[in-house]
Amino acid sequence: MATTTDRPAPTAVTERPGALRRGPRPDVGRIALYTVAVLAALLWLLPLLWSFATSIKPEGETTITPPTWFTADPTFDAYAQVLGRGDLIRWTFNSFVTTSIVTALTLIVCVPAAYGFSRFDFRGRPWLFALIIGGILIPPQTLIVPQFILMTQLGLVDTYWGIALPQVVAPVFVFILKRFFDAIPCDYEDAAKIDGAGSLRILWNVMLPLSRPILTAVGIFTFIGAWNNFLWPFLVTTDPDTMTLPVGMGTVMGGYGIQYAQVMASAVLGALPLLVVFLLFQRHIVTGVAGAGIKG
Amino acid sequence: MSERTHTSRVQGSGAAGSGLVDVHRRPATWTGLWYVLPFLAFYLLFLVWPAIVGLGYTFTDRSLAGGPVSFIGLDNWNETFTDRALYESLWNTLVFTVLSVPVMVLLALGLALLTDHARRLGWFLRFSFFAPFVLPVAVMALMWEWMYNPSLGLFNGILGRLGFEGSEWLFSENTAMASVVIATAWWQVGFNYLLYLAAMQSIPKDVYEAAAIDGAGAWQRIGRITLPLLFRTTVLITILQLIGSLRVFEQIYLMTGGGPNFATRTVIQYIYDSGFVGLRIGLASSMAYVFMVLIIIASVAQFRLFSRKEA
Repeated sequence: MATTTDRPAPTAVTERPGALRRGPRPDVGRIALYTVAVLAALLWLLPLLWSFATSIKPEGETTITPPTWFTADPTFDAYAQVLGRGDLIRWTFNSFVTTSIVTALTLIVCVPAAYGFSRFDFRGRPWLFALIIGGILIPPQTLIVPQFILMTQLGLVDTYWGIALPQVVAPVFVFILKRFFDAIPCDYEDAAKIDGAGSLRILWNVMLPLSRPILTAVGIFTFIGAWNNFLWPFLVTTDPDTMTLPVGMGTVMGGYGIQYAQVMASAVLGALPLLVVFLLFQRHIVTGVAGAGIKG
Repeated sequence: MSERTHTSRVQGSGAAGSGLVDVHRRPATWTGLWYVLPFLAFYLLFLVWPAIVGLGYTFTDRSLAGGPVSFIGLDNWNETFTDRALYESLWNTLVFTVLSVPVMVLLALGLALLTDHARRLGWFLRFSFFAPFVLPVAVMALMWEWMYNPSLGLFNGILGRLGFEGSEWLFSENTAMASVVIATAWWQVGFNYLLYLAAMQSIPKDVYEAAAIDGAGAWQRIGRITLPLLFRTTVLITILQLIGSLRVFEQIYLMTGGGPNFATRTVIQYIYDSGFVGLRIGLASSMAYVFMVLIIIASVAQFRLFSRKEA
């Protein structure tokens, strides 16, 4: 009797979520948690896995219905075909060049601007800052028409500079960097000043080393954003030789028609560069979002 | 922390003076302006100048194909405000926004909670949920078009095996927008997810430990501690997502081209169609201006609304 009344007690308690941690139950909870987590992650990876599975099939097998996951004779033929055509490598190179220009120039112009707003007083400063911060609200997509005509007038259509220059305007980074600089105490600078350092040396030798995490984050996000930007490079390039990776894949790839293994091979190849960047910089990206997103 | 963010943002865009007082400032010189000039040059040339010139275009019949340009007064504006197709594209943009925002906020929250609790899988989960975010839109579009393919795709294959009838996905007016939203959620949720994860991991551990000692279980701790402390993060993510969703264009353009029967054509695409396909610079510019003003109003209203609620 005593044992039977004792027994149900823990079960009754587990009705309240608070008791999940007692008895053998926690393991059930943990197993359920980890099962759900793994399933969700696999579900999220599914499009990538399915693309890869398709890409290593012989072309004839991709159109079998219902589709199968595994092929009896996996092959890298599709990759060889896609790479042999050469345009994917060309677009990757173009993306790399234009993205590097955007990232470098963004840092080169945004960092001093943030420093100037954070550390100096000058005439017109408040309304200049307001003007620039107001730019955050303007969606760049609504300026495509006059921007395109400007590029035509400058003769920059179908050039790397034409792709890169308009993307350098990133008022949000000025804002984020200024907030970060504001939080750096000026004791360091005062010490440097006593040693006779000018403002440029203070920026270079004091501010920049102290802002490495935020600079890395801004750099990485500029890089990802520019690499994946579609609308502007799409408008300003008509020559397949100057197209970036997303534009080339989005416009020319239609010509591959129904050769699905090749289409998926190019999708996998197109995904690789930034996946590698992400794997290398995962820690910086995560802390960068934390720093720039929550604080900024 | 985000309280400060909002107030200073509002001050920064409105009355900048009050938000800029700080102790680091040096006496007034011209030095600061030199540091600001390079950025300012880019800003004026590629943002302010096009914005002014674009306004001028709206009063002309300028064509992208060239030819003589004449002043036509408010004709473009009249056409813009009476264009049914523009209202339809605005509606489609709104539908996309209303569908995508809750999905991408709640999904991000769920995935972040999962990651925060299944700590041993941290690296693997972070990679899985964020990796799609770094894919170029063209890659994402190719992958999802292939999975959505009505006759050969993975989804209808699975449905068929389970004994269900397949869907037309991107090829039916009824399902195209929902399909686009699903693909977008998969692609872009990673950013919101990282914001949530960072916020969760900044909650001090002893708060949870104290709650656990008081007998609070896992679900109670989520409901009573985690979620309330995430309120401000949720506000921030919702605002950013709303603004982002209203600007949607490229993944829809690549996956459906705005079809079928213009059911998924968004405002940005309609501006593009008018200016770069229809070659009517003036009309495209006036549409762009209308949309720009709507976005700015929506953004300012959200910041106002949410920052008041928090205070």
